[in-house]
Amino acid sequence: MSRRLRLWLLAVGGAGVTALLVAAGLDLPSFGGPSHPYGDRAVRASLARHTANTIASVNFDQRAYDTLGEMGILFAAVLGCVVLLRQARDEHRAEPEPAEVARPVRRYALIVLPVALVTGIYVVAHGQLSPGGGFQGGVVAATALHLLYLGADYRALERVRPIGLFEASDALAVCAYLVLGLTGVLAGTAFLANTLLPYGTFNTLASGGIVPLLNAAVGVEVASAVVVLLAGFLDQAVEIEEQQGS
Amino acid sequence: MHVLPYLVAAYIFLAGCYGLATSRNLIHAVGCLAVCQSATYVLLLAVGYRDGATAPVFSDLKPGSRPVVDPVVQALTLTDIVVGATVTAMLLALVLQIAKRHGTVDPDELRELRG
Amino acid sequence: MHHLLPLLVAVPLLGAALLVAMGRFVPRAAAEITGCAVSGGTAALALVLLLNSSPPLVEWAGGRRPTSGGSVGIVLVGDGPALGMAMLASLLTLAALAYSWRYFDEPPRGHAGSFPALMLVFQGAMCGFAIAGDLFNAFVFFELMSVVAYALTGYRIDEAKAVQGALTFGVVNSLGAYALLMGIGLLYARTGELAMTRIGRGLDAHGAPDALVLASFVLVLTGLLVKAAAVPFHFWLPDAHAVAPTPVCMLLSGVMVELGSYGVWRVYGTVFAGPGGIPAAGLTRALVTLGTLTAVTGAAMCWYQRHIKRLLAYSTVAHTGLFLVGLGVLIPEGDDGIALYILGHAGVKAALFACAGALLDRYGSVDEHALHGRARELGAFAVMFAVGGLALAGLPPFGTALGKAIAEESVGGPLTVVFVGASAVTGGAVLRVTARVFLGLGPRPRDAEYETSGSDERPETRGILRRVPDSMTAVPAVLLAAAFAAGVVPGFGDLVSRSVNEAGSGGAHASAHWTLAGVLLGLLSALLAVALAALAVARPGRVGAPDRALPLRRLQSGHVGDYVAWLLVGATALGALALPGLLGG
Repeated sequence: MSRRLRLWLLAVGGAGVTALLVAAGLDLPSFGGPSHPYGDRAVRASLARHTANTIASVNFDQRAYDTLGEMGILFAAVLGCVVLLRQARDEHRAEPEPAEVARPVRRYALIVLPVALVTGIYVVAHGQLSPGGGFQGGVVAATALHLLYLGADYRALERVRPIGLFEASDALAVCAYLVLGLTGVLAGTAFLANTLLPYGTFNTLASGGIVPLLNAAVGVEVASAVVVLLAGFLDQAVEIEEQQGS
Repeated sequence: MHVLPYLVAAYIFLAGCYGLATSRNLIHAVGCLAVCQSATYVLLLAVGYRDGATAPVFSDLKPGSRPVVDPVVQALTLTDIVVGATVTAMLLALVLQIAKRHGTVDPDELRELRG
Repeated sequence: MHHLLPLLVAVPLLGAALLVAMGRFVPRAAAEITGCAVSGGTAALALVLLLNSSPPLVEWAGGRRPTSGGSVGIVLVGDGPALGMAMLASLLTLAALAYSWRYFDEPPRGHAGSFPALMLVFQGAMCGFAIAGDLFNAFVFFELMSVVAYALTGYRIDEAKAVQGALTFGVVNSLGAYALLMGIGLLYARTGELAMTRIGRGLDAHGAPDALVLASFVLVLTGLLVKAAAVPFHFWLPDAHAVAPTPVCMLLSGVMVELGSYGVWRVYGTVFAGPGGIPAAGLTRALVTLGTLTAVTGAAMCWYQRHIKRLLAYSTVAHTGLFLVGLGVLIPEGDDGIALYILGHAGVKAALFACAGALLDRYGSVDEHALHGRARELGAFAVMFAVGGLALAGLPPFGTALGKAIAEESVGGPLTVVFVGASAVTGGAVLRVTARVFLGLGPRPRDAEYETSGSDERPETRGILRRVPDSMTAVPAVLLAAAFAAGVVPGFGDLVSRSVNEAGSGGAHASAHWTLAGVLLGLLSALLAVALAALAVARPGRVGAPDRALPLRRLQSGHVGDYVAWLLVGATALGALALPGLLGG
């Protein structure tokens, strides 16, 4: 199809969708309106189970089944990346070259790395209390590890990052989430029910029932998944090369 | 003011679609797809906003002292962001392999599947 | 019993996670056995739940039953159609895993479990989408289904075509998913609910439908119709099917695309069917128009293909058009007919793809012209391919024919022509391939300039097979037998129609059995298919000239920007078709 025809089609389609979206926007309840019935119910349900962070309660208690699906998407996307970024038949792995890093960068990276790692773990652990949780903290922890790549070089990173271990921990974290959900079925209640563990005291680390446990499982899963993901891309950039003479 | 955020969401979505349709580089195209996804976040968060309200987190706020915004859309958006990042990563992995196999990332030059 | 519903998702995901965790340590055979076992176990669970699905099972995940104010949880529906689709997904995954047993190409080093793991996640996602009663939950499993499908389609990264097809698949389907999410956001803003039936009630409480309802309808249906591969959202499907590994094609065409049509039926019925939604006339106009266009385009493009897997992909597009027409007339008999048609079609299409895969692995090609007369030794496959083609055309007493007959009765005269025509052309194309490839009939046809050839493919096994293994022969035979049984087993049609009507039409009574008119129309389609195939083989220049449809074929360019432009045009068309119903009503 020629570029002109494509632009004409785009103009027609774009005009139609624009008209539709603008008309819908004018019919939406005005921005900042007071009526949010589901939101109010969610806040009440969260406080009833002593979870201070309502969003964590929605994610890991009220709509934990959705979060299972989202975690599955993450797991599948990373598994997909591992499969798609594998070494092809006509490629081989080369040893990564040692890199020269400026001293201030090296110092900064090696000082900040433990701080960032602890921050990530803190964000995961306090997900049920303050803004944060498994998803956010997992990403922070995983990228903290890669400060080693910036501060030293790829070989140093590979030494602290055995890929098999991270793939296994990714999968085992998914298993942990599912097993926690299945305990509900085995105990006679529903899948992912938050009725077995005590709800604890409001605003302490061990509150909310199953929320901190599911939160931790997701935190481990996201951190491992992001490490595996970045490993795939870095391997492609740094190590994998086309076979000579192919 | 009361419809501006929704119109902004619509604009972002259409800008992403325009970029996708006219792109000359597949990496740019995957980026435009991420822009379309951001439009959905803007819409969801705008739908959940409440005037004069604060975040629905009670670690430093006494429950009931102030109104809070809708936590449901915030929860949906936050999981979607992390998931969207990994899906974008997977599409970029495909672009990487296309670059290796076809020698180009220009969609106009990919001629393997036609008719 | 209803507490077991989420297990349809949890068990396959658990199996997949375990396969990935132990992937380094287990040998390939153990990984494949585990995959088949988990897949079969889930199918058995789906069967048990299906047998208990009247009255429909309802489960609130996490035990969050609704109180006087409402509910904060996610609802799962376990009625006949939902569990039926879940069981179809599970059985086809089992068949695909059995088909890829031992002979599929070497898995990535150290990741022996990755292919069965991805297939199990695919199965879990399809089951999750089928049983979803909450619109956002349906979106989440829709995304999961899609992501796994992208990875599986691009699995053979050494092939240039595979990664291109997977990327266009990924971009177009993701855009559809984001449109779906925007529609869900709009509906949530209006009603404050995410459960499908509650959204419907919220829309009804608000009053007459306005622009917001129309926009959310268009956005939600755009996402679902992209998955269902209706015109003009269908361009990704032939590209993806030409390059995906054969077991994956079996699943994509057999059940994933049909879940798009199922989603349209489910979402319209629960969300938009009341007085506050889209009037019935508008929906009928939209679905029948797009469905007819899809059936005609799919059939025409199917006829001119020489790449056998792309030919089968276009026949799936054509059948999607027929499914949408049958669902669009909003008659209980139409829904029943389409349900049976989907079940029969799944078995037949998966079997045909399995046979095409055997050709690829035995001869290293899926090109109709290059394989001319070469497959004479594969007698069993010739029979299966011909039987599949006739079943696709609607020969009684296959399940496809029964479904088609009931649907034709409900859509009426002019649309019956579309049904007969599309099924005859697609069946005829498959019979033409049988005649040329397996029997070597007719002269070798000319090559055209704008087409995808099936010659430069690599086999999916470790090199060319000297003998097609029994697993690859048994799976399509079993699938065709199942499609045959669906039409022959007495009472099966009535069982399906009862459960579909209980879920969709409030228990309206409709009988689903063979009628004289249905049998005659089926025989007519089959005869037309045979005649078209004979004509094409004898005189390739007259009927099969590829330059005839060149303008149409140029639209299928493999360019992702084109597909996105068409997606927007399709959304506009959908809005334009549904609008008069809103203005008039």
